[in-house]
Amino acid sequence: MAGKGKKEKMMIRKTGAEAIVHMLERQGIRIVAGIPGGSNLPLYDALGKSSLIRHVLARHEQGAGFMAQGMARVTGKPAVCLATSGPGATNILTAIADAKLDSVPVICITGQVPSRMIGTDAFQEVDTYGMSIPITKHNFLVRSAAELLDVVPRAFRIASSGRPGPVLIDVPKDVQSETIEFDSWPEPGRADGAPAVDMDEVKRAAEMINEARRPILYLGGGIIASGAAAVSAHLAEKASLPVTMTLMALGALPHNHPLSIGMLGMHGARFTNMALEECDLLVVLGARFDDRATGKVAAFCPNAKIIHVDIDAGELHKIKTAHLGVTGDVKAVIDALLPLVAENGRAEWISRITALRTSYPLLMTGADDPRTPYGLVLAVARIVGEEAIIATDVGQHQMWTAQAYPFSRPQRWLTSGGLGTMGFGLPAAIGAALASPESTVVSFSGDGSLLMNIQELVTAVEEDVNVKVIVMDNHSLGLVHQQQELFYGNRIFAADFKAHVDFAAAAAAFGMKSYDLAATDDPEAILHQALTSHGPCLVHAHIDISEKVYPMVPPGAANKDMIGDENYDNTIA
Amino acid sequence: MTTQLPESGDSKNAAEKCTVLEVTVNNHPGVMSHVCGLFSRRAFNVEGILCMPIGDGDRSRIWLMVNEDERLDQMVKQIEKLEDVLGVNRHAAGHEVFARLEEFFRVQ
Ligand SMILES: Cc1ncc(C[n+]2csc(CCOP(=O)(O)OP(=O)(O)O)c2C)c(N)n1
Repeated sequence: MAGKGKKEKMMIRKTGAEAIVHMLERQGIRIVAGIPGGSNLPLYDALGKSSLIRHVLARHEQGAGFMAQGMARVTGKPAVCLATSGPGATNILTAIADAKLDSVPVICITGQVPSRMIGTDAFQEVDTYGMSIPITKHNFLVRSAAELLDVVPRAFRIASSGRPGPVLIDVPKDVQSETIEFDSWPEPGRADGAPAVDMDEVKRAAEMINEARRPILYLGGGIIASGAAAVSAHLAEKASLPVTMTLMALGALPHNHPLSIGMLGMHGARFTNMALEECDLLVVLGARFDDRATGKVAAFCPNAKIIHVDIDAGELHKIKTAHLGVTGDVKAVIDALLPLVAENGRAEWISRITALRTSYPLLMTGADDPRTPYGLVLAVARIVGEEAIIATDVGQHQMWTAQAYPFSRPQRWLTSGGLGTMGFGLPAAIGAALASPESTVVSFSGDGSLLMNIQELVTAVEEDVNVKVIVMDNHSLGLVHQQQELFYGNRIFAADFKAHVDFAAAAAAFGMKSYDLAATDDPEAILHQALTSHGPCLVHAHIDISEKVYPMVPPGAANKDMIGDENYDNTIA
Repeated sequence: MTTQLPESGDSKNAAEKCTVLEVTVNNHPGVMSHVCGLFSRRAFNVEGILCMPIGDGDRSRIWLMVNEDERLDQMVKQIEKLEDVLGVNRHAAGHEVFARLEEFFRVQ
């Protein structure tokens, strides 16, 4: 990049830290979340001088990581989080691993001890590079400030290209302070274009779809990541393909679309898993046969041929051998497929699906009562409308929300799918609200999960984000309790809390308003008040510990052996 | 019940069940960890490793001798995904790169 112009160019003179900040600005980054410490102070000093970037101070680095995830999941673009070396880095790693498993583009910049002290067990030194190898898409240990000019744009390119994922950049303190001269800024890193579509494969896929009598589309998070929700609906409609979605893909097809058969797998509706049993062709788009979706793999869709489309070639044939594996961007592949797929009403199959749906629906007991799990989720949905962003923590409340919430658009649903990390909800919701300030952001949480990152309540207050935390409080680690009751002889151990948190008092301590659904005869009115006034608040809802998430496939069992919701109507077996 | 340990001395027998992978990578200190980590996290034993810079030193070539295993196709795809990996070639067992090294590995 030496001066190619004829006249002497003005050289740019920056420290490594200043260069990072300016390259983030050039990438379009306007909000970062993080916590400062000894090893990233030069970076923070430079960041403090930026007039473009707003820094959100988390209260735990894991919170900062999940805030970045919230921003990235809602915008589809890379978001940035910062941590210092040692404990700052170890704290943020859970959120990075979570981003890896859910393919979320996050850039994590950690401070590291000065280069010459690396490997000496210096104060707050850990091998951040080594620890982050298996939980990032790629990572860097930067050895000179000049390298940053290559590494930072590359990190953005890698995070957003192909299958998105987290990238970690570990920057020793001396590299942050080193001054360098260069003559121009590198181009910001952008996602590579999608690879060319192989038309022969697409033709074969179209033939298989046209020949199938009982096909099903199985959509995964890749549909959301590639912006393929609308085209996948067109594909489904043109050929009358019933559509099931993974936890990550909820919202790809509106819940009330006639072809939607809802979420599959461990907590899918009975009719959904039964339909999959009967299908003769499974068209897998941007999904990866996760064990929570498939149940026992050998028994999953036993009669089906499989077409598997994914941008990550490593996913093809990994869990289940496909009859046709297509490496490609799902949106580009569906675009190419659409004109080749024949219009087809598929009356017989559609009426079979309708019969299954009527006979084995999801039984949402208590749906009319906001004091029950399903009733609460549905009442919230009625109040906040389709534009709202919904986050969850991990547990029963997550599955009730996934089952019952009427999702109607993509990028509005934030949940920790692959890693299943308790503590995800609140900070991810804060990140979503920062990135989308005009939206109402609801986080459904359990009492166990909320306690894992409850410190971020004060961040929500400080930033005055429009986040509504709904604590579904069953005084238990509910999902663990359910498993112990069902599969471990009802030996409840370490899953019930003996001391109970006063969440209203906790919220007050953090400066947050709270509402208690038990303290009123009209919970819907209180909910309305909480959810429609601007700003953060906490809503406390008592949930009976006897409430279970049904149906449920016992871990390791085949989806057809699910328990719960069985005795509805067996007339059409 | 007794457990049969693999006979480490019987290199011929071992080689028959092995495949040799030739991996071309960018030459920097983290690459070995990236590649080897893919094997170790899957409890997939690497029988032999050899790595030297090639050309002007910007790149290295890693030779791996690994067990022939049904997961090998998947392993190769995972290696190809690594940002610093430029290419992977698969060779049959007993590739001369390891055969020639045998004299350095005789049990004393
Ligand atoms: C960080 C972390 N630790 C442990 C678990 C295991 N786990 C899964 S669900 C669950 C209980 C969640 O309890 P709570 O947040 O109160 O939700 P509930 O199931 O009661 O709705 C636990 C402990 C986990 N998923 N994440």
